[in-house]
Amino acid sequence: MDLLSNLAYGFSIAATPTNLMLCLIGALVGTLIGVLPGIGPIATIAMLLPITYKLDPTGALIMLAGIYYGAQYGGSTTAILVNLPGESSSVVTALDGHQMAKKGRAGAALAIAALGSFVAGTFGTLLVAALGKPLTQVAQAFGPADYCALMVLGLVCAVVLASGSVLKAITMIFLGLLLSTIGTDLETGEQRMTFGLLPLADGIEFVTLAMGVFGFAEILRNLEQKQSRDVVEQKITNLMPTRADLKEAAPAVARGTLLGSVLGILPGGGAVLAAFGAYTLEKKISKNPQEFGKGAICGVAGPESANNAAAQTSFIPLLTLGIPPNAVMAIMVGAMTIHGIVPGPQIMTKQPDLFWGMIASMWLGNLMLVIINLPMVGLWVRLLRVPYRMLFPAILIFCAIGVYSINNQPFDVVLTAFFGLVGYLLLKLGFEPAPMLVAFVLGKIMEEKLRQAMLLSRGDAMTFFDFDKHPISATLMIVSIILLIVALLPSIRRKRDEVFVE
Amino acid sequence: MTMTKRQGLTAAAAIGAILALGAGSAQAQYPTKPITMIVPFAAGGPTDVVARIVGENMSKTLGQPVIIENVAGAGGTTGITRAAKSAPDGYTIAMGHMGTHGAAPGLYPNIAYNPQTDFAPIGLAAGTPIVIVARKDLPFKTLQEFIAYAQKNEKTINNANAGSGSVSHITCVLLHEMMKINPNTIPYRGTGPALTDLISGKVDYMCDQIVSVSSQVKGGTIKALAIATQARSPSLPDVPTTKEAGLPAFEVSAWNAVFAPKGTPADVVAKLSDALTKAVTDPATKKKLEDLGGVVPDAKGASPAALAALVKSENDRWIPLLKAKVKQ
Repeated sequence: MDLLSNLAYGFSIAATPTNLMLCLIGALVGTLIGVLPGIGPIATIAMLLPITYKLDPTGALIMLAGIYYGAQYGGSTTAILVNLPGESSSVVTALDGHQMAKKGRAGAALAIAALGSFVAGTFGTLLVAALGKPLTQVAQAFGPADYCALMVLGLVCAVVLASGSVLKAITMIFLGLLLSTIGTDLETGEQRMTFGLLPLADGIEFVTLAMGVFGFAEILRNLEQKQSRDVVEQKITNLMPTRADLKEAAPAVARGTLLGSVLGILPGGGAVLAAFGAYTLEKKISKNPQEFGKGAICGVAGPESANNAAAQTSFIPLLTLGIPPNAVMAIMVGAMTIHGIVPGPQIMTKQPDLFWGMIASMWLGNLMLVIINLPMVGLWVRLLRVPYRMLFPAILIFCAIGVYSINNQPFDVVLTAFFGLVGYLLLKLGFEPAPMLVAFVLGKIMEEKLRQAMLLSRGDAMTFFDFDKHPISATLMIVSIILLIVALLPSIRRKRDEVFVE
Repeated sequence: MTMTKRQGLTAAAAIGAILALGAGSAQAQYPTKPITMIVPFAAGGPTDVVARIVGENMSKTLGQPVIIENVAGAGGTTGITRAAKSAPDGYTIAMGHMGTHGAAPGLYPNIAYNPQTDFAPIGLAAGTPIVIVARKDLPFKTLQEFIAYAQKNEKTINNANAGSGSVSHITCVLLHEMMKINPNTIPYRGTGPALTDLISGKVDYMCDQIVSVSSQVKGGTIKALAIATQARSPSLPDVPTTKEAGLPAFEVSAWNAVFAPKGTPADVVAKLSDALTKAVTDPATKKKLEDLGGVVPDAKGASPAALAALVKSENDRWIPLLKAKVKQ
C-alpha cells in the first residue's frame, strides 16, 4: 500500500497546473519533433535546456521526459507515413506500417501504434513505480559478457528470420557490422576506416545511415516511376482500426509490452532489441507469417508497444541509481546538475517529490499523447494526399536539417546523400536494408562488450560459455548456437519466411 | 514560445551583423549580437554544465545571450578545431578543458590546433577535482592500502575508464605511473556504463571527475579513496586529499576554461575576460559551480595570463607522459 500512497503523492505533484502544462508542452514538442524526420530528442532537449534554467527541477524534468516519450510516439508517424524511421526503434515499425499506409490503411496503423503505445506506457510506468529497485538488480546482473551474448542472439535472429536469400541477409548483416566499426577504436584511440576524415572520427550516426538507406533511397525509387508517384497506391479506407483489427492486435500489444518492459531495463540497445524482438516474436507465432512485410497489423502493434514500454522502463537506471542509460537521459542528468541536484542512488529518498512526481507525470504524459495523437490521425493521413512532387522536397529538407542538427556537422548531410545512393543500389540488387541497420546498432554495443569481456577474462574466449561465472552469457550463447543450427538445416530453412521485407 | 523569441532574436542578430559588416564598425560596441560558445562535448556532460552555468552569467554582463553549441567528437578536438578556425571577432568562443588543451597533443598526433599558440586565452572557469574510487567490497579502506593491494594483485585487478583519451583514462595513466604498476584497463563508452560495472563489481577501480562520482560515494554504492586536490572538497568532506593520503604528486584537475581564437582583438578579449571574472566571482554562480564539486578560481586565477600559464604547465606534464605511455 506504500506504492499507492507514493503514487498518490506523485500525482499530487505532477497534477499541479504548472506541471501539467509543462508535461503537455513536452509531449506536444516531442510529438512535433518526432514527426519531423531526423530531428531527434537529443538535439531538441539540448536546445530547450536554457528554458529549464528558470523552472524548478521537477517541472524541468517532467517537460524533458515528455519530449523524450513524445518523440517515440511521433517517430513512428513518419516511419508509417513516408518510410522514414527517425529513431532506431522505429526501423521495425516502418516495415509493416508503411506497407499498411500504401494499402490505404495508414489511419489504422497510426491509431494502433498510438493505442498500443499507451497500453505499453501505462504498464511500463506501473512497473517502474512498483519494481524499480529490484529491476535495477536485474540490469546489474548483466556484465559485458552477458551483453555481448545478448547481441549475438539478436544477430542470429536477424539471420534466421531474414527474407529471401540467406546469403544476401548475412551479407547485409556483415555490412552493418563493418559500418559500425568505423571510427575511433575504443581501447587504443586509433582511427579505423575514416580515410583521415575528421567527421568520421566518431563513426557514422544511426540517423545518417537510416535516413539515407530508408528515406533518401525510397525517394529515389519513387522518382524513377513516371506515373503513380503518390505514396498511397490505393484509396484510403476507414481512419480508425476496425473491431477485427483491434481483436487481432490486442495480444500482440500485450506480448510487445512484456518484452519491451524487460529489455528496456538494459541500458544501450534495449529499445531496439525490444522492437526487433517483438517483431520476430509476432512473426514466429503468427498464423499468417506471409502477411508480415506486406502490412500485418501485428507487425506494427507488437514492436510499437515494445519500444514504448522500453522507453518507460529505461528510466529505471536513472531513477534508482542516477546513472543515465542513454544520451537523452544524460542530458536530463545535465538538467538536474544545473539545478544543483547530482542524481545518485539516494534520489528516491532525498528527492521523493522528483522521483514520484516524475513517475506520475510519465503516465499523464502518455495519456495526453493518446489524446493529442488520435485526432491527429486524420490530419496525418490527409498529408499523404499532398502530391509527391511537393512532398519529397519537403522531406529532403527536413531530413537534411535533422541530420545536421545531430552534430552540427555539414559532412553528415553529404554522408546521408551518399547512403541514399547506396540504399538505392541495394534496393535495385534485392538487398534489404533492415538487417543492415539492426546489425549496425547492435554491432556497436557488441564490439564494446566483446572487447570488455575479453579484457576482463584476459583473452579467454571461453568466458562466454562459463556457466559458473557468467550463467546468462552461457545460456544465451547456447540458445544462439541452437538457433543457428536450426537455421542451417535445409528442411527447416525452407520454411523460413520473410521477416524483413522492404 | 521562448523558442520563437530566440529564433527571432538570432535572425534579427544575423541581419544586424550583415548590416554592421557593411558599415565596417562591428567592433565599436562589441557585442552587438549573440555569442556562440562551442562546447566540445555532448549536452549534459560535466563540461557542458559548467559552460551553461558560466555562460548564463556572462550574458548578463555582456548584454547579449551566450548560446551553447555542442560540437562533440574525437575527445573534444572536433569542436575545439572548429573554434580555432572560426573568425577571431569574439562571437565564437569555446569552453576547452584539461583534455582538449592540456593532453590532446599527446593523444592525437594529427591534431589540427596548438593549444598554446592558436588561441587567445580568456580565463579559467572552474577546476573539477579527480577522485579515485573503487568497488565497495574490496579489502582496503585507504589509498595506501589500495596501492599495496593493487601492486600485489597487478595481474588480476581491473581499472575502468570512460574511453581512450577521456579524463578518466589519462588521469589513471598518471596514477599508474606513480604507483609503478601496469594493470589491465577496460574502456567504456562514457562514465555512465563504467560506473554501472564498478557498482556491480565487474571492474575494481577508476579515476573520474567529482561531479560524476560524488552522489554514488554518498549513496554508498562505491568508495572514494582520495581526492586529487590541495584541499578537501565540501561535496565529499570525508574523503582525504592525495597529499593527506600519502601520494602528494598526484594532484590533477579536469579544469574548464574559456578560449577565443588567436587574433581576437585585445579589447574584445578584455570584455570577455571581464564577463568571465564577474561570473566566477558572482556568489550565486560560484555556489552553483561549488555545489557540483568545482574549485572556482578568484579574479587573478581567472585571468588570461593565469590560463596561458596553466595550458603551458599542463602541456609540459601530459604530452611527454601520454606519448610515452599511450601512443607507443
